[in-house]
Amino acid sequence: MSRLLPFVAFLALCGLFGFGIWWNSHHDQTAIPSPLIDKPAPAFALPELDAPERTVTKASLLGKPYLLNVFASWCIECGVEHPLLQAEAPTLGVTLVGYNYKDQPADAKAWLARHGNPYEVLMADLSGKTAIDFGVYAAPESFLIDAQGVIRYKHIGPFTPEVIEKELKPAIAALSEKSS
Amino acid sequence: MNPTRKRRLIIVVLVLAAAAVASGLTVFALQQNMNYLLTPSQVQSGEASGYKTFRLGGMVKQGSIQKAGDSLKVTFTVIDANGAMPVEYTGILPDLFRDNQSVIATGHMDNAHFVATEVLAKHDETYMPQELKDAMAKAHEGKKVAGGDDAMKGTDSR
Amino acid sequence: MTPELGQLALVLALLLALAQSIVPLLGAWRGNRAMVAVARPAAAGQAAFVLVAFALLVWAFLRFDFSVAYVADNSNLALPWYYRIAAVWGAHEGSMLLWVFILNVWTLAVAALSRNLPEVFVARVLAVLGLIAVGFLAFILFTSNPFARLLPMPLDGGDLNPVLQDPGMTFHPPVIYMGYVGFSVAFAFSIAALLGGELEQAWVRWARSWTNVAWAFLTAGIVAGSWWAYAELGWGGWWFWDPVENASFMPWLVGTALIHAQAVTEKRGSLRAWTILLSIFAFSLSLLGTFLVRSGVLTSVHAFASDPRRGLFILCFLLVVVGGSLLLYALRAPKVAGGKAFAPVSRESAILVGNLMFTVAAAMVLLGTLFPLIGDAFNLGRISVGPPYFGFLFTLLMVPVVLLLPFGPFLRWGRGEGGVLRAIALRAGIGAVACALVAAVFVHGQLKAIAGVAAAVWCAVGTLLYVYKRFREMPRGRRYPAEMGGMLLAHFGLGVFLVGVLLSESLSVTRDVRMAPGDVQTVGAYAFRFDGVKQTSGPNWRGSQGTVSVIRNGETLAVMHPQKRTYTREQVQTESAIDPGFTRDLYVALGDPMDASNPAGAWAMRLYYKPFIRWLWAGGLFMMLGGFLAAADRRFRVRRKSESSEAAALPLATARESRA
Repeated sequence: MSRLLPFVAFLALCGLFGFGIWWNSHHDQTAIPSPLIDKPAPAFALPELDAPERTVTKASLLGKPYLLNVFASWCIECGVEHPLLQAEAPTLGVTLVGYNYKDQPADAKAWLARHGNPYEVLMADLSGKTAIDFGVYAAPESFLIDAQGVIRYKHIGPFTPEVIEKELKPAIAALSEKSS
Repeated sequence: MNPTRKRRLIIVVLVLAAAAVASGLTVFALQQNMNYLLTPSQVQSGEASGYKTFRLGGMVKQGSIQKAGDSLKVTFTVIDANGAMPVEYTGILPDLFRDNQSVIATGHMDNAHFVATEVLAKHDETYMPQELKDAMAKAHEGKKVAGGDDAMKGTDSR
Repeated sequence: MTPELGQLALVLALLLALAQSIVPLLGAWRGNRAMVAVARPAAAGQAAFVLVAFALLVWAFLRFDFSVAYVADNSNLALPWYYRIAAVWGAHEGSMLLWVFILNVWTLAVAALSRNLPEVFVARVLAVLGLIAVGFLAFILFTSNPFARLLPMPLDGGDLNPVLQDPGMTFHPPVIYMGYVGFSVAFAFSIAALLGGELEQAWVRWARSWTNVAWAFLTAGIVAGSWWAYAELGWGGWWFWDPVENASFMPWLVGTALIHAQAVTEKRGSLRAWTILLSIFAFSLSLLGTFLVRSGVLTSVHAFASDPRRGLFILCFLLVVVGGSLLLYALRAPKVAGGKAFAPVSRESAILVGNLMFTVAAAMVLLGTLFPLIGDAFNLGRISVGPPYFGFLFTLLMVPVVLLLPFGPFLRWGRGEGGVLRAIALRAGIGAVACALVAAVFVHGQLKAIAGVAAAVWCAVGTLLYVYKRFREMPRGRRYPAEMGGMLLAHFGLGVFLVGVLLSESLSVTRDVRMAPGDVQTVGAYAFRFDGVKQTSGPNWRGSQGTVSVIRNGETLAVMHPQKRTYTREQVQTESAIDPGFTRDLYVALGDPMDASNPAGAWAMRLYYKPFIRWLWAGGLFMMLGGFLAAADRRFRVRRKSESSEAAALPLATARESRA
């Protein structure tokens, strides 16, 4: 009977690990569906990062679809996703709008200077209050908003090549189908 | 009790005793040497009060590194999304220790600042140690918004 | 085109490995000689294709083929050719290919050197090795392909991690893989024995050489790794109990227990089931270690989310190999306690106690290494286990081993004699105490250092007493058979190691200082004078080089040149300067300039005085040599004899051993 002991002990150990992994993947906090999909984006009026006297409003962005990318200089994952965004932005076919979230403008500008600035429009939300309306609770997050200002897709966390190919690009393609 | 059975009993008792001693020592050694990893916001919200020694993880705030001119004392600030912690360290800092670097410092709190006995900064900012990423993500999650109205009242719960 | 050829070669290798494993196993089960005979040629074929794939990857690196993603990630145009070869195993995908390559080296060796063993047994051994190859080749092809293309091809690549750009790091992975992978042979022998119902009692003797050689390679690999950490990581440490080091240490601990258990089983027939179990554990820990080090998936549960394919494959692979072998053990391990009985005071008991200590130590290290993962899986928080946990428990567990060491050879098989043991204890004990007292004067009462001297002398005197006994009692040419010589050398090496560890740990001096050009700092009897820093460069780096002169009694002993290098991608590397010595190392590492804009001014630096530190690696090398020597014993070479003469030779051999 003692011959069976190592085997049973090993299975118990594997079972323990397996349970831990399963439990973790099912309690993954980042997999929360957004209630804002297919709802109009909240109205916003935020100063531009480089020129705070100018304001970017929801109305000013209507007419063309855009990808709103929430980022910050203190956010490490944003740095991970940034080169990918820079590489992919020209091919996406939508405007890339940068949303600087709860950051110091000087820090954000320095970060962009170092990592590159792919954003055609760049606005800053210093306090984070507008972001609450968007349901943002971590950076990076990205919203695909269509020409009528309706949120069609949201991604929490950094983009990976897989997510861009399998989720973002089809979502963008779906936009043009809807409008045509 | 015949001698064979007696011998077996002695062996069993010895084995159990040895196992108990081994387990006891292991648990003791583990408890003495377990180090939790906390981010500045977690420390500021009081999570570090139970630990004498712990690891502080975050990013080195740009421009916060100050070296004393005549000794090897260095002060810098470690930040995450919602918190900042001043850190003091005496000694030579590792390679790759720079602004905007992810860093893990081992040490203890001294009043409001952290005194580090060891500083690790092995990775550059585009690659953060997995456990630090997770700790920061978890710390962030903990501050989810209760509802839009509460936030509008001006309390920044994040 | 050539990367695709590499992939094709791997596919063909996988198919041949499948043939190598399934066909002979079926053949052995059914008694089909033709199927059994497939093992050797299939193994040769698989090895040929793996060699082709490996050679093609090396070629891709040498030719700067940046269209291969792996080459682009791990080399660039400025990387010297010797490091481009090392880059082949510098990251995950390539090192998996190296693993399979080395598995084939061992497989070919087994296939070639076992012509005198029973055909069916060898077929089963090769089949098990083939199954392992199938697992790794599948892992490579489906999740970690080193030949994946990167298009459009970049003009220049990234860089090999500068920490790996060092001669030590170049040969450390192949050597350590020779060790890790080598335990697969002992594993394969055990599985083959279980499958075959242990009809061949001599299989343990056949397995011993292979296991000793693997153990020796692993010892060398660990020594190399520790030496590299000391020389390259810049901060004077030689062992950090970090997951990577623990991953190689755990199989070593179990492997040490295994080589001793195999000796008992071979000579006395007892502990058969335990020996089989140990070989399963040793190999399982090797597998675990490989995946811990290279794929990183086992250090964080969350890492599964980012690359679930790899993590899942590894878990399934481990489940099949370890679970399968333990199930086989449960079903087929010898149920009858065989072999000759032994008394509580006997060589077998001493070895058993040692085995227990090593196995518990391995379990303790495993717990400490996986504890962060456990904490993570159960949301207990982000815990790390500090080095003192390992250091404290390991030292405790090794105390019985050190105490028992001198008695080992003097103890008889079956029942030891009290008188002899008392004499040994007295002599070794007196030697140890005497040297400890002398040492106490020199080291000013440092307890650890005194204990180190005492323990080392205890081991060394005990071993030398046996050397002397054999010298006196046996005629020339018969005094030190290779197996015994190896054992004595390795045990002596342990004493040397103890001196190195305990003395350097307790007597080292480390000083972080700030020095301006011309400043002098004294550490012990040595004066370090800082003579400033100038800029210098290498093939793929630029850096600052300091000059530090070491002066003792007015005489300049050495001029040291510590460097701070910056490689591509802004990776910084500290190249420490070491002045080696038989009784001490002097070590200088550059920190940072006190004022970053004035590199010609004062610098922060670290000065070390490390006494006897080379002894710990020397001790390790003695152990390695002992392992190789023991494996070379003529007794282990199987000669094809007729059945009767083999049976007649056996009792003779046993009789001689029991006198030894």
